[in-house]
Order: sequence, then structure tokens, then C-alpha cells
Amino acid sequence: MHLILFLVFAGICLAGAINLLLQSHPINSALSLIVVMTSLAVLYLLLGAEFLAAAQVIVYAGAIMVLFTFVVMLLNAGREERTLGSRAARAVGFPAVTAILAVIATVILHAQGLGVARLSEGITSTEELSAVLFTKLLLPFEVTSVLILIAILGAVALARHEDGSAERTGEE
Amino acid sequence: MNPLLTQEVPLSWYLLLSAVLFSLGVVGFLIKRNLITVFMSIELMLNGVNLSFVTFAHQWHAVKGQIFVFFVMMVAAAEASVGLAIIIAVFRARATLAVDRIDRMKL
Repeated sequence: MHLILFLVFAGICLAGAINLLLQSHPINSALSLIVVMTSLAVLYLLLGAEFLAAAQVIVYAGAIMVLFTFVVMLLNAGREERTLGSRAARAVGFPAVTAILAVIATVILHAQGLGVARLSEGITSTEELSAVLFTKLLLPFEVTSVLILIAILGAVALARHEDGSAERTGEE
Repeated sequence: MNPLLTQEVPLSWYLLLSAVLFSLGVVGFLIKRNLITVFMSIELMLNGVNLSFVTFAHQWHAVKGQIFVFFVMMVAAAEASVGLAIIIAVFRARATLAVDRIDRMKL
């Protein structure tokens, strides 16, 4: 069961990621990114991360991607024109990507002592997670809330009109 | 016991998937020519790294790996809101989303 679920959702995940690259319309790319994130949530569930699977669906596939599709539709982003891109990207970028992928794959395939994942094994409950989060890591958690507050203020300040008209400040 | 329930997947497959997702994100960052899609490729890279965090948390039965993913998600949410606000500001100033035409800072 685990093997079948892994193969199906890893396949969907890869297909979505490749589709993101191939589509030329931003809204299609956004929708395939939602597919990638949702199938990643299933993979998190297979690895026993219950809370993260829920958070992945709610925060990533829900909140962040709604923001993306909203901006794509707001700006009426059309079909992108394909150009060759910069010379640096072609000369350095693609060989570097290939090299990084090759190095990581070699290291992973030669790694000793990596375990296996089975169904219903090594499940981390939300209780365990929150016990650590709200005792040992309380300060970073609170700092994150300050970070998000600053991000909200920054987004409002950036997206508002420069001429001081206040009626459209709530766009983001 | 049901043989379907005892199947197992090596964790290295998860790590390989996360490496491939990250590389696809980098390729998207290089080949996409739309500001929003470039930004989406960054999200794809973050997701690839998150998958390897969760895999290693499973490997060592460590809760802190999952908590790190939680923090990455929070920072990604903040980053997405600020980044998209910047994209709206750029679109208002230039009336285009093509990265080739937003090259005022190029040497």
C-alpha cells in the first residue's frame, strides 16, 4: 500500500512540477503548483507527519496559492513570451543544476544506514509536536508572529498607491 | 498479515524526489520569463527542501525536523505576501511582468 501510494503521488508530484515548467500561461503554472503541493501533503502523511500534511494543505495549497492566483488574475498576466534568457543562465546555470543534482543523487544513493518508511509507523502526533513547539521553542514561535505582522505591514505599504489615496490600500 | 500493509519504501527515494523537485525549481527559475512564475519556482524549491526535512525527521524520529518545516512554511507565507506586493508595485510602475524588460538595475 505504501509503495503504491508513494509511486502514485510521487508521479503526480513530478508531473505537476514538469507541467509548471512547460505551461506558458501563469494561471496554468499556478494550478500545477497546487497539484504539487497537495500531493506533497499526501507524502508527508505517508512519512507520519500528520500536522504538517494538514498545514501544507491549509497554508501552502490554500493561503499562499490563493494569493498567487489572485495576483495572476488581478494583473491579468497573459501568455509569457519565451526568450533565451541571459547568457550567464545558460553558461553557468544549467551545468550547475545538473552538477548539483548529480552530486546529491550520488550522495543519497551511497548513503549508509538510511531506513525505510512503512505504513502506520513512526507517526508524530500533533500533541508531541506542539509539546516541543510551545515549551522549548516558544521564543522562535513568538518571533515568527512578529515577522508575519511586519510582513503584513510591508505588503500593505508596498501595494498601496504612491499618491496617498487611501481607498485602495487593502489590496493585499 | 496482509502483504500490502507490510510494503516499505526506502527513504532514499523520498530524498531523490526532493532533490529532483529542487532541481526542477532551479530550472524553472532559469527558464521562466514571467515574474510570477519565477516566484512560483522559488516556492517549488522550498517545497522540495521541506520534503527532505520531513524525511530526515522520520529517519531519526526527531520532532525538531518537522518543527523546522513549520517555520519554513510561516516564513514562506510572509515571503509570498511581501513578494507579491513587490510584484504589484513593479507592475504598476512598468506595466509588464516580463523579466527581460525589468532590467533597470542591470549593469
